[in-house]
Parts: sequence; structure tokens; C-alpha cells
Amino acid sequence: MAVTGGVMFVFLVAHMVGNLKIFAGPEAFNHYSEWLRTVGSPAVPYRTVLTLLEVVLLLSVVLHITAAVQLARRARAARPVKYRSRKRVQQSYASRTMRWGGVIIALFVIYHLLDLTFLVANPAGVPGDPYGNAVAGFSTWYVTLAYTVALIAVGFHLRHGLWSALQTLGRSDDRRERAVNVTASVAAVLLIAGFLSVPFAVITGLVGLR
Amino acid sequence: MKLTLRIWRQKGRDGKGRMVTYTLDDVSPDMSFLEMLDVLNERLILSGEEPVAFDHDCREGICGMCGMVINGVAHGPERATTTCQLHMRHFSDGDTIDIEPWRSAAFPVIKDLVVDRSAFDSIIQAGGFITAPTGAAPEAHATPVPKPDADAAFEAATCIGCGACVAACPNGSGMLFTAAKITHLGLLPQGQPERYSRVVDMIDAHDEAGFGGCTNIGECTAVCPKGIPLETISHLNRDYLSATAGGKHPE
Amino acid sequence: MTEPYTEGVPIADTKAPEGPIEKRWETRRFTAKLVNPANKRKLTVIVVGTGLAGGSAAATLAELGYNVKSYCYQDSPRRAHSIAAQGGINAAKNYRGDGDSVHRLFYDTVKGGDFRSRESNVRRLAEISVEIIDQCVAQGVPFAREYGGLLDTRSFGGAQVSRTFYARGQTGQQLLLGAYQALERQIAAGKVEMNARHEMLDLIVVDGRARGIVVRDMVTGEISTEFADAVVLASGGYGNVFFLSTNAKGCNVTATWRAHRRGALFANPCYTQIHPTCIPVSGDHQSKLTLMSESLRNDGRVWVPVAAGDSRAPGDIPEAERDYYLERIYPAFGNLVPRDIASRAAKNVCDEGRGAGPGGLGVYLDFADAIARLGRDAVEAKYGNLFEMYERITGENPYEVPMRIYPAVHYTMGGLWVDYDLRSTIPGLFVIGEANFSDHGANRLGASALMQGLADGYFVLPATVGDYLADGPFPAVSATDPEAVEARDGVESRITRLLAVDGDRTPDSFHRELGRIMWEYCGMERTDEGLRKAIALIRDLRAEFWTRIKVPGTDEELNQQLEKAGRIADFFELAELMCVDALHRTESCGGHFRAESQTADGEALRDDEHFAYAAAWEFTGTGEPPVLHREDLTFEYVHPTQRSYK
Ligand SMILES: Cc1cc2nc3c(=O)[nH]c(=O)nc-3n(C[C@H](O)[C@H](O)[C@H](O)COP(=O)(O)OP(=O)(O)OC[C@H]3O[C@@H](n4cnc5c(N)ncnc54)[C@H](O)[C@@H]3O)c2cc1C
Ligand code: HEM
Ligand code: HEM
Ligand code: SF4
Ligand code: F3S
Ligand code: FES
Repeated sequence: MAVTGGVMFVFLVAHMVGNLKIFAGPEAFNHYSEWLRTVGSPAVPYRTVLTLLEVVLLLSVVLHITAAVQLARRARAARPVKYRSRKRVQQSYASRTMRWGGVIIALFVIYHLLDLTFLVANPAGVPGDPYGNAVAGFSTWYVTLAYTVALIAVGFHLRHGLWSALQTLGRSDDRRERAVNVTASVAAVLLIAGFLSVPFAVITGLVGLR
Repeated sequence: MKLTLRIWRQKGRDGKGRMVTYTLDDVSPDMSFLEMLDVLNERLILSGEEPVAFDHDCREGICGMCGMVINGVAHGPERATTTCQLHMRHFSDGDTIDIEPWRSAAFPVIKDLVVDRSAFDSIIQAGGFITAPTGAAPEAHATPVPKPDADAAFEAATCIGCGACVAACPNGSGMLFTAAKITHLGLLPQGQPERYSRVVDMIDAHDEAGFGGCTNIGECTAVCPKGIPLETISHLNRDYLSATAGGKHPE
Repeated sequence: MTEPYTEGVPIADTKAPEGPIEKRWETRRFTAKLVNPANKRKLTVIVVGTGLAGGSAAATLAELGYNVKSYCYQDSPRRAHSIAAQGGINAAKNYRGDGDSVHRLFYDTVKGGDFRSRESNVRRLAEISVEIIDQCVAQGVPFAREYGGLLDTRSFGGAQVSRTFYARGQTGQQLLLGAYQALERQIAAGKVEMNARHEMLDLIVVDGRARGIVVRDMVTGEISTEFADAVVLASGGYGNVFFLSTNAKGCNVTATWRAHRRGALFANPCYTQIHPTCIPVSGDHQSKLTLMSESLRNDGRVWVPVAAGDSRAPGDIPEAERDYYLERIYPAFGNLVPRDIASRAAKNVCDEGRGAGPGGLGVYLDFADAIARLGRDAVEAKYGNLFEMYERITGENPYEVPMRIYPAVHYTMGGLWVDYDLRSTIPGLFVIGEANFSDHGANRLGASALMQGLADGYFVLPATVGDYLADGPFPAVSATDPEAVEARDGVESRITRLLAVDGDRTPDSFHRELGRIMWEYCGMERTDEGLRKAIALIRDLRAEFWTRIKVPGTDEELNQQLEKAGRIADFFELAELMCVDALHRTESCGGHFRAESQTADGEALRDDEHFAYAAAWEFTGTGEPPVLHREDLTFEYVHPTQRSYK
């Protein structure tokens, strides 16, 4: 869980940083997209590195979801009779929503791939022009809304996920517990802020079709 | 004060339980929660009804025998307090109080609020000890233990095995209990030789007993009457990783 | 009224070896017969109880190779009442170099027991104390340590040396968990068959030997007979005869009482220890009493109003109208007089109508001076957790309002009579821990019960059981033997009878009433008249019990009221014996104070000429006069002196 979640986290960080290139303008962004596919060539054929990354990512997603499903099933089996009344004492919103949050994220990713990778769900859908596609999408309010909701879900998921991963990997202790908690929150907020800056820039017209 | 109690009644292991409502109108704020139930039971007996079965022994917060979920919280509303040490002055006149047993597949209900917690014993059997046969012990001062380690080991060792952590965990995990023992023994020099086999064996026993997995939600620590810290789980994970991925466990 | 007992032959031999006292245990171990390992595997020992005594014994016997069947009434062996011990455990390690030694611990214990214990036993206990600490540390018991990493100790119960090892306020818990873990290891190894939630209801004696027990599975209600080559009782003390005590709610006398009915002598039942610093009763609903550490008396000042019936709030009572009675009566020791003296003084002032709090049963333990002198922070650092506990239970803040305390029953020195080998008068029946009477005489020193339980379980019993079993093999026994059938039928018919009465009083109502009689007449101060009255009252109440008790439910399920009723029935019989014992002992000693036997200034007056013996009682039938067997005590090494704390 922690390892696959970690891989996905690293991807997200890279993805977020990549996305920020949108502020550098259409050429830079499209070029970056192109570079993703050509990196390593001519030493390796077109799209080798990207495909490899995709495989790792896909594997992570599958394993991650498998593990999550297993955990959920064990949890359900561990409490066959539910409480009639139940009150939370400490658990955070983030920790409680890991499973549903994860599902929302998964659904989002599917939509997102249809939108910007396969371009089927994109209002513009011009191959080779991710910049244009992105801007076209985010100009529509409900697309932006969908992305925002999903990103907030990602934020919560990571907020607890990162903290949990550090706990699971045994990196937390009494002294570090606070620090780990803060780190997890800050990382999640920064990441989501980074991602969200793009659609909001589009909506507010900071980034537009030029 | 006057109280309305909604209590889980279940005949036996296989019985189907339900919440039954009782009212009590002469509850003194000085009573402990269990004394309040004693009063209810005296009344039930005299009126020819079955008294409510609940576990208790020391009534001092140390034996770990008592425990019920009170208004949705294991051991009730007071932090770091067992059910037997909870007093009625924390409730108000006219309150309705829901009382349920620990709910966990690993702790089957025996009757009413009484559950079978022998799964905890099976976790200890798997390795929650230091092999030190009687009579073969070296002089106590032969191995000094740094005070911080001794104190931290003591802290973890104060777990009373009540099971509130399991009752509260959304995953039904017994990780805090398991981690408390692993941390206690793992911090002491005497505990080192069996450190890595202990963690693997105890976690296997934990999983086998039907507890859920831990996803670090932290509800357990919040209700733990002894305040066993979450970092014990981290300690457990660290040892578990060293044992498995780190290859410190022979198997 | 004629005397409610008769006299029998004295006990001639306690089996203690002769010779210099420091060689006796070594001699005994050397002369004890051994069982060879191959035979051990064929032998089974039943151990009833999983407290410090029973848990350590079961684990050690299993390590030695015996098969062990272990029983406790809780849901796990880890919950035995030993878990509640707070203060610490004594051992003559002399780590402080403050002049402690095995001999000094021996001396202090004999003296503390008011010269009513056996020198040989106490000496052995002091010797073994040293090994106990080694054993527990090896098991990972997290004793308090100093910065250098070595074990810390503190002084306790008025001892002049610092020999008490502790684990914050949870020493009993940590020691018990050590024994419990050793026990669980043996369970995993298949050497111990653990039967939690099983209650022993009778002893099976075949051909004069203890060969098994009758137990009830408390979950299913099933009654079964269990057999072994020897039976060990480690079922704890009987302080709950008083209903209100610091003991766990389930503590009972059933196991030992049933053995007593089968022929084991019961010794010194009247010796009860009353602890002076408990939280007072707050109302009729009270179900048990909570002990506050004795250390509070180091800084708290005990007082009551000068005038009887003064119901002002403590803060409104001016200094001149307060009576710091311990400081007044005992200027030398002041608030630090021993437990029995502090307890009795509190009772006296309350009897004069000067008590504090609801019902006038309490005295103030005031920290105002300590807070003024040391500062609140210093007081908090020392006693913070105790103050918190007090506040949790009473809802009062002891930093602002003086604490209220009152004495409560805490420990019972009496128990089944055993010889030097911990054998009762029934061959094959061993008794260890608080369940026996062996080592504390008329009064137990603080931090010595844990020491005795572990000494018995880890070290003494394993050696002496072997000596007994080496006489075997004994003939096979089975559930169809007449003795087993008779015992089992007896248990079943008693349960049937309890359920059949279907009267109109609850078990607790009887227990409370019995407790009140005992506390009134056989508590801190006893008189001839009161005890005779108590015996009559107990008999009447017992008769009423058997006609008016109401036990709901059936015997085929978890039935907590049935368990209670059975225990109370045994308490009735024990209560009577306690009163008889207290009545016959017309001296005052340790935990037994006879109003008729005091010095001019109200101190306990021992009568060594007539009472330097242990009183071992033989059962002759319910309500029949028991037979007294005396075991004379001789003092070669510590010479009896009268205590004085003025
Ligand atoms: C509040 C408190 C504080 C104390 N503090 C100290 C201290 O600081 N230092 C000290 O030295 N001593 C202290 N003591 C005394 C000490 O704790 C006890 O004397 C000692 O622990 C008794 O141990 P035990 O093994 O003999 O019996 P217990 O621990 O009482 O164990 C009895 C066992 O027998 C079982 N049992 C009983 N009856 C039956 C039955 N009928 N069938 C089956 N099983 C049965 C029970 O399940 C239990 O397992 C304290 C006592 C109290 C009450
Ligand atoms: C159906 C989809 C998903 C589900 C059900 C799901 C569920 C979970 C759960 C239950 C945890 C907690 C595990 C623990 O605390 O040990 C977790 C952790 C995590 N998840 Fe997800 N998740 C999903 C998708 C994703 C996606 C798409 C990402 C990344 C973008 C992601 C990133 C993480 C990270 C980084 C962690 C922390 C790892 C850890 O706690 O060990 N998850 N997930
Ligand atoms: C505002 C936020 C985001 C923007 C603007 C954005 C933009 C894009 C774009 C333009 C692509 C196509 C790249 C290409 O084909 O060259 C892409 C691919 C992808 N994005 Fe996003 N994305 C965002 C958020 C996310 C989030 C939150 C996730 C995961 C939870 C995610 C996961 C992916 C994945 C898995 C791919 C496919 C990568 C591949 O095919 O190799 N994206 N994104
Ligand atoms: S960890 Fe806390 S809640 Fe869990 S069993 Fe131990 S004391 Fe009870
Ligand atoms: S609440 Fe449960 S998920 Fe883990 S941190 Fe505690 S065991
Ligand atoms: S009854 Fe012992 S902890 Fe509550």
C-alpha cells in the first residue's frame, strides 16, 4: 500500500510540476508533452520511457486498489455487527474518507484520461495540442468543477496517505510524529495548490488561448 | 438523576441481540457507571427480569476486564478512563445513554455486554514474552537499561488488554494492543534476541484471529484508557519491515 | 453462651528442617526427592488461580516438564487481582548499601508480623526475595530505573532501608504480566491447559489425597470433574467477606473454603489488614473501595473537627478547632504511624461523631500546609497522579479541599494452613500466595505480598511439589470414582438449591448485610460481646439467605448472579469462623485488636504467654463448633518486643 501509494505520489509531484509549465505558454507546454514522448530517443524508440512509466504507474494503481479492497474486506469481516450508535473521537475526515476518496480519484482518473489523453471527452480534442485541449476543457465551468472536486479528494487522500505511509514504513516516532503530520499536510496542500492553479488560471483568464 | 438506558441484550453467542430501553430515576452523580448498572440489575432481579451481564473485576481501572461502548465511544466520554472509573457526574439528568458491547469478529459476544477476548491471549502466546526460564536469570544489575528506554518500555507495558482499541478502530484492528507489547519488549535489552521473530509471529497471530488491518486512523489511541501512543504502531511497523524486507527474520 | 469451638491436638511438626536458620531452605531443597524428566511428562498438576502465585507456579511447573491445568474465573489469566497492587515488591538486594540484608528483611518481617509468624518461613522468604528480582528483570518487567540504568528502589511501609522495587504505581500489574507472559509461553508450548472463566467449586479427595477439583464452565454452565496428581490452590485472599474492600469484585473464598470443608485446616482467619488511606464510602450504592497510596501520609496532615457534629466545610473550620489527632497522640511518628494504628485512630474519632463527609465516616488528609511549604508544583510532581485519581472518583479537587480518607479492608493474613513445604493438611493439596497463611503473621508489611506470592510460585512450590510427586505414582482416578461423583453431585445440588429458593432478596443485598456485620463487629476493633453477637447475626442471616435468596436465570449459561450467590454462601461460613477465631484470641496483635487487651494508653497488648501460636481450625459441619489445633511458634532469632510508636 505504502509503496504503491508512494509511486503514485511521486508521479503526481512530477505531473504537477509538468503542468505548471502551462504558465510558460503553449509552446513550452506542448513541447514538454512532446519531450515526454521523445526522451531517450534516439537511443530508445519513441515513447519507450513514457510507456515504461505508464506500466509502473498502472501496476501501482492495480496493486494499490487490490490492497485497498483487501483491507476494506478484512475490516468489514472484522466487524460483522455494526454499532447502533457511534461517535468519532479522533479520526480525521481525511482518514475516514480514504476508501470513498480513492474511488472518486479512480473515477476521476478514468475521466481525466478520456479527457486529456484519449481526447474523447475533450471539447477541443486536438491531438498534439495538449495546451489547447486543457484550456478548452477548463474554460467550461463544469469541467473545472469536476477537476476541483477530484483534486480536493486527492488532497485529503494524500494528507492521510502520506502520514499513514510514514507510519507504516516506521518512520514516525514520538518526536517526529508532529513533524510528520505537518509535512503530510503541507505536502498535500502544496501539491493540490499546484494542480489547482492551472484550471483557475484558465478560468480567471490568466492563461488563455493566445 | 433520571436516565434512559438503551442496552444491547443478547442471550448467548448465537443469539440475536437487540437494544432494550430501561429507565432509572434514582441515579446519584457519585456512582460509578458500573454501580449505576448494579442498581439497574438489582431492580431487574427483583422484578423477575434477567439482569444485564457485563464484565468487571478490579473496578480500579487496571485489570482490563470492564468495557462497553457508551454513546458510541469505547469506555465512554471521559478520556483515558475505563468504564469502571467513569462516574455518573459526567452525565446529566434526562440523558439517554446507549450501551453496547465491543463489536468485533475477533471478540464474539458471550452474553449482553460480555465478549470473549481470548484472541488477545493468542497474540501473546505467539511471542509476547521473553524466554527466561525460572531459576536461570542473571543478576538483575548485570544489564543496565538506559532510563529513557526503561521509561518508554514501561509506558507501552501499561496496556491493560481491555480491547477498547479494537472496539473503536473503524477497521476492527488490534494493532495498538499488539504494538504495545512489541514496543515494551523490543525496547529492552532482554527482549532483543527474539525481537524479529516476535513481531512476525505476533502479527501473523493477530491477522489469523480475525482482526482487521491498521490504516493508521488513530481512533484506538484516542480511546485507550492508558494512552498507549500511536508511535508504538510505528515501532511495530519498523520492526516488521526489518524482519521481513530487511531479512532479519530467518523464515 | 458456651464457647463456640472445641480444642483438638496441637500441630506437632511443620516439616521445617532443623539447624541454623540460614541453612534450612538449602537443606530442604537438598533433601527433597526429585522426579526424573521422563516421569514428569506423565504427571499432571492442577493450579487454581493465575495471580502472582498461581501464574508463576503454573509457568514454572510447566517449564520443569509437568503437565499443568490452570484455572481462573476471569476471562484471561492476566486479570487476576494481583494486577491491582500498586506500591512495590520488597527484596533484600541491598543495592543502596544502606545496611539492608537478608537477615534484616527477615527481622523486619517477623517484627512487622507482630511475632505471630514462623521464623523458618520468613527467613526463606527473605532469601528468595533476591532471586525474584533477577527473574523478573530477565522476563522484561520494566522496573523503575535511575539515570545510570540501574534499578531504583524506595522505602515503604515505615522500613528504615530502601528495599522496595517498583514500576511507578503499577508494580503488581507489571509483575503479573511477566508471570502471565511466561504462562502464555507454556500454553503455546502445549504444557499448560488454560481454563479461563472456570470456577473451582469443590475439591476431590480420593484415598486421603487431593486428586482433583470440580469446576463450572462459567460460560456454558457445564460442571466437570478434573483430575491430577496434585492440586495447588492459589486463589487469593478473602477480604471480600466484608463486601466493601479494596479487593477485586470477584475475589472469593470458595476454592479454599471448599478445601477446608474437605479437611484442610484454616489458620488465623481473623487476621485482616485494614488500610488507613482509602477513599471513603460515598453512598449506599458503593460497590468497592479504592486504595490511595500510603505515601500520601508523608506530606498530608490528618485531622478532624474538635467538636462532634461539626458540619462546616473544612475550609471554614479555624485552626484552633481542628484536631490533628495523630500528631497529638503519637508525637514521635505523627501521621506516619503504622497502618493498623492509623486505621484504628480514624475509627475512634469517627465513632466520637467527629468524622468528615457523608455519614461521618472519613477524616481529612490535608495538603494545605504541604502546598504552602513546598509549592503546588512540588506537590503535584510528587502526588499528581494520585490527586487526579481522587478527583476522578470523588469529583473534589484535593489541591483546594482536603482529601477525605477512611480505612478499608485490604489484605487477609489468614488462609489455609500449610507446612514448610506449602502442603496443607490434605496430602497433595498445596496452597500458595495470599490463599495460605504462611509468612506474614498477624500483620503484613507493605510490598511483601507480591514478594511472597512470587517466592511461593517461582521457587518454593516447584521444589516441594516434586518431593511429593516422587512418592507416586498414585492410583488412577476417574470421574466414576465414588468420591468424584459425590463431589460433583454436591456441587450440582447446591446450584439447584440456590436456583430453587426463588425468594425476594438479591445476592448483593445479603452480601452487603453480611459485610456490615463483619465490619461492625469483626473489623478494626473486636470485643467479646460484639463477636458473640456477630456469630448469632451471621447464623440468622445465613438461614435467611437459604430461604429468601433470588437467583435469576438458569445454570446453563453465563449467570453472574449465580456465581455471586455461591460465593456469598461460602462467605457466610467463613465469616462465622473469623468471628470464632477473633473471639478465642483474647489478645491484641497486628491486624487483630481486642478492646479488652490494650495498654493504659490504648495500644495493642500482645499476650505472648498464651497466644504465641497459629490457630488452625478444623471444619466439623456448617454451624458446628470448629476444632482448634494450635501450632506453637518459637522465636530463636528475633525476640518478641512490644511495639511502641509514641
Ligand atoms: C489495591 C491493592 C494494592 C496492593 N498493593 C500491594 C503492594 O504494593 N505490594 C504488595 O506486596 N502487595 C500488595 N497488595 C496485596 C497483593 O496484591 C495480593 O496479596 C497478591 O497479589 C495476591 O496474589 P495471589 O496470587 O495470591 O492471588 P490473586 O492475585 O488474588 O489471584 C487469585 C487467582 O485465583 C483465581 N480464583 C479465585 N477463586 C477461584 C475459584 N473459585 N476458581 C477458580 N479460580 C479462582 C482468580 O481468578 C485469580 O486468578 C495489594 C492489594 C490490593 C487489594
Ligand atoms: C480506487 C482507488 C483507491 C483506493 C480505494 C485507495 C485507498 C487507499 C487506502 C485505503 C489507503 C490507506 C492505506 C494505509 O493507510 O495503509 C491509501 C493510501 C494511499 N493512496 Fe490510495 N486509494 C486509491 C487510489 C489512489 C490513487 C489514484 C492515488 C494516487 C494518485 C493514491 C495514493 C495513495 C497514497 C500516496 C497513499 C499512502 C500510502 C499508505 O498509506 O501506505 N491512491 N489509498
Ligand atoms: C489540473 C490538474 C491536471 C491537469 C491540467 C492535467 C493535465 C494532464 C494532461 C494535459 C495530460 C496529458 C499529457 C499527455 O498526454 O501528454 C495528463 C495525463 C495524465 N494525468 Fe493529468 N492533469 C491534472 C491532474 C491529474 C491528477 C490529479 C491525476 C491523478 C490523480 C492525473 C493523472 C494523469 C494521468 C495518469 C495521465 C496519463 C499519463 C500518461 O498517459 O502517461 N492528472 N494530465
Ligand atoms: S492498547 Fe489501550 S485500548 Fe488497547 S487493549 Fe491496551 S489498554 Fe486497552
Ligand atoms: S484506529 Fe485502527 S487503523 Fe490503526 S491506528 Fe488505530 S488500529
Ligand atoms: S473493572 Fe478492572 S479495569 Fe475496569
